Amino acid sequence: MSDIGLIAHLMRRAGFGASRGEVEAYAAQGYEATVEWLLHPGDPGDFGEDLAKRRAIGFDEGGAAFELWMVRMIHSNNPLEEKMALFLHGLFPVIYMSQGRALLNQLDSFRRHAFGSFRDLLVALSSDPAMLLFLNNNDNHADAMNENYGRELVELFSMGVGNYTERDVKECARAFTGWTLGNADYMAVRAGKNSFDPYGSIAWHYEYRPDDHDTGVKTFLGETGDFDGEDICDIIARQPASARFICTRLFQFFAADTVDAGGRRTIDEMVETYYSSGYEIRSVLRTLFNSDYFKSEQARYARVKGPVELVINAVRMTGASPNPAAGSAGANGATGPMGQAVYRPPSVEGWHEGKEWIESGALMERVNFVAKLFRDPSKQGVRDIIDRIASSNGGVYSPEETVDLCLDLIGPVRASEETRAHLVEFASVGGDVDLRGDDRGKSEVRVGEILALITATPEYQFA
Amino acid sequence: MPQTNGSNGSHGDRKLVVVQQSGGNDYLNSVVPYTNGHYYDFRALTHHDPEDVLKIDDTVGFGPTMGPIKELWDQGKVAVINGVGYPNPDRSHFRSMDIWHTAEPEAISQEGWLGRAIREMDPKGENVLTAVNFGVGLPRALGCDGVPVASVGNLATYGLFPDMEDEWLREYALEAFGKMYGAAAGKEAVMGFLGQTGTDALKGADILSTAPEQYSSTIEYGSNGIAKSLKDAAQVMFADFGTRIFYATHGSYDNHAGLKTAHPQLWTELGPAVTDFMDDLEEHGEADDTAILIFSEFGRRVRDNGNGADHGSGGVAFLVGNKVKGGMYGEYPSLAEKDHLDGDLHFNNDFRGIYTSIAEDWLGLDAAPIVKGRFESFDLFEE
Repeated sequence: MSDIGLIAHLMRRAGFGASRGEVEAYAAQGYEATVEWLLHPGDPGDFGEDLAKRRAIGFDEGGAAFELWMVRMIHSNNPLEEKMALFLHGLFPVIYMSQGRALLNQLDSFRRHAFGSFRDLLVALSSDPAMLLFLNNNDNHADAMNENYGRELVELFSMGVGNYTERDVKECARAFTGWTLGNADYMAVRAGKNSFDPYGSIAWHYEYRPDDHDTGVKTFLGETGDFDGEDICDIIARQPASARFICTRLFQFFAADTVDAGGRRTIDEMVETYYSSGYEIRSVLRTLFNSDYFKSEQARYARVKGPVELVINAVRMTGASPNPAAGSAGANGATGPMGQAVYRPPSVEGWHEGKEWIESGALMERVNFVAKLFRDPSKQGVRDIIDRIASSNGGVYSPEETVDLCLDLIGPVRASEETRAHLVEFASVGGDVDLRGDDRGKSEVRVGEILALITATPEYQFA
Repeated sequence: MPQTNGSNGSHGDRKLVVVQQSGGNDYLNSVVPYTNGHYYDFRALTHHDPEDVLKIDDTVGFGPTMGPIKELWDQGKVAVINGVGYPNPDRSHFRSMDIWHTAEPEAISQEGWLGRAIREMDPKGENVLTAVNFGVGLPRALGCDGVPVASVGNLATYGLFPDMEDEWLREYALEAFGKMYGAAAGKEAVMGFLGQTGTDALKGADILSTAPEQYSSTIEYGSNGIAKSLKDAAQVMFADFGTRIFYATHGSYDNHAGLKTAHPQLWTELGPAVTDFMDDLEEHGEADDTAILIFSEFGRRVRDNGNGADHGSGGVAFLVGNKVKGGMYGEYPSLAEKDHLDGDLHFNNDFRGIYTSIAEDWLGLDAAPIVKGRFESFDLFEE
């Protein structure tokens, strides 16, 4: 049986956290087996999309689509698949523009390519309608180049500044001329008449137009030929800068915000796997999750939780409605004020993560949202924690015992001595917690308040 | 709350409001060189017609939807700083915005220019509200180790544990929160930063939550994001918390497409938001003590791409206020192709000159440590 703390760590990173019951089940099957299960998503489950549509009346298309994604993050049987979709949305951000369905289609594409070859992912991205529209590749013509997508592909989506020239940007953009939206004007009209369906059933689709493709010879990163977009993705995928880019971003998203010496060695191993596996992201992730670094104590709580992670984790842990059609329990709408409204990133570079999630207003929003959920003993997840405490030993607990049990069952959260002392001080306000008999109701409320204050600690802001 | 002590510059009452136009505001379609033939050549499909331009003189005019800015211009309250940029322009949004934020074009820095200014005003960080950001996410311009900055997404709901019904217990929870974050503030790295942020948030919340109830005004702001941010800024300013720096963000101005549609639309939000804010300042006696800087990370490419324009370099900044000396500053860069810098307008005014002028002539601070050097300043303010 694997260590509970290690499995809980894996599930916070490769998923959106897990209840103690789930963690125990994964621990029984073992760490590596759990990693393999995460890396091979199966049937995601049913998210009550048809029912959710009724509930979504009143949302705009985007709001309805984001709500559906939130519900899926909460309920999916494939936590890593959804976590990867979130990672890829942050890596290749698109700002919502009028078509909910196009975004849902993009997420499906991310899920399809999340564990496959990075090269194929780039090709899929380059022909993704939401991306084509967002970075104006539909305005990138053989006779009037628009370099927006070409630039961001090399700057933000793969190699990064310093690994290409301004000329490479232009040649890259030329190769993507003719990659456009099919029948765009007509589709816009159709989509506009599509208001009964909250996500829209009509969406833009990709079309390649050979007559609008610049067939001239291009020189890109030192290679010369009549390149099309796919050739460009081939060339990009084999660049060492691209390998390092994707491995580093995966490392920072899943392992630690800051890359130290040990982190650099782990990234080196990931880069090796990247090449030996034919750029396969599944293999790269396997190397990461099974690395000594990822499993080390040092990696635990080394990332600031992103708002979506934090919120989905809290909704899952407190027990969302078993019926997905009941909605996301306010998750959609809560993450924006914390700094991460999905499909509304601040710019094409996505969100600045880590330390930059922290500012005073966002911190308050985080604390208020999560504490409110954990304060409520009628929530199934909170009930489970209380029941576990009640059955642990005797039924009467000192403030210290209560705090320690709560810290363990909600995480385990590793609190500093000072934090623990102040939690105990707060817990002492009402004396011992008695979960036997008549006073149980009152004591449950107090356990809820202690759990809520734990979620407000500095430590809890880290994953 | 009284103004905190100290070396807050010799103009302790003066405030700076910064409006960031994120994404690269197009210079040519904001301050339009409507009599210049090159403009129509390079912007064959995306130019504004001369009859639509709000003419300033016989060479330039504001874009068609910038009526409110033109109104302020006519009152002598708008300085247009032409051709702003920095050496070796970078066309990356990310890097260029970073350079504007940190005022360090060469080095990679984590320290914002306003963060450094705040440190000068309040060296001990005694007032957690010396600077307030209105919006989500803290701009790097305000970041500086040990400098408290409040970030307010929504002023009306700013506060901790609002739904705890038992006020008595809530007091204990707030006390515990303060102690836990206070202890964390002494730690290293991100934990220390988080601890400081939590500590400042708790202090700021009690004060800021009183702002909306104190506010009363005849001005009705628009409902868009920038109007809302400036209204929140007004509420905080009028509540007299000693706030000197106000920061708000508007966008996205990344008009690779929609230079004739989306770009003018943005100005229909920003222009009225600024005039409403100015009227509100006037109504509350703050207009003479407030200057507004409007800037973007770069201007856009001279030649359009058919529907929009790609990333460029030389851009335009605006300074607005009663005490601003209205007028044109610096020359409009040449539009002739031979004078372009790799397809972009050649910057001819270093943006750090604007910062220098604001720091010294407006805020009364020594500019050198804030902008990291000496730069020729503009004479932007009345004595």
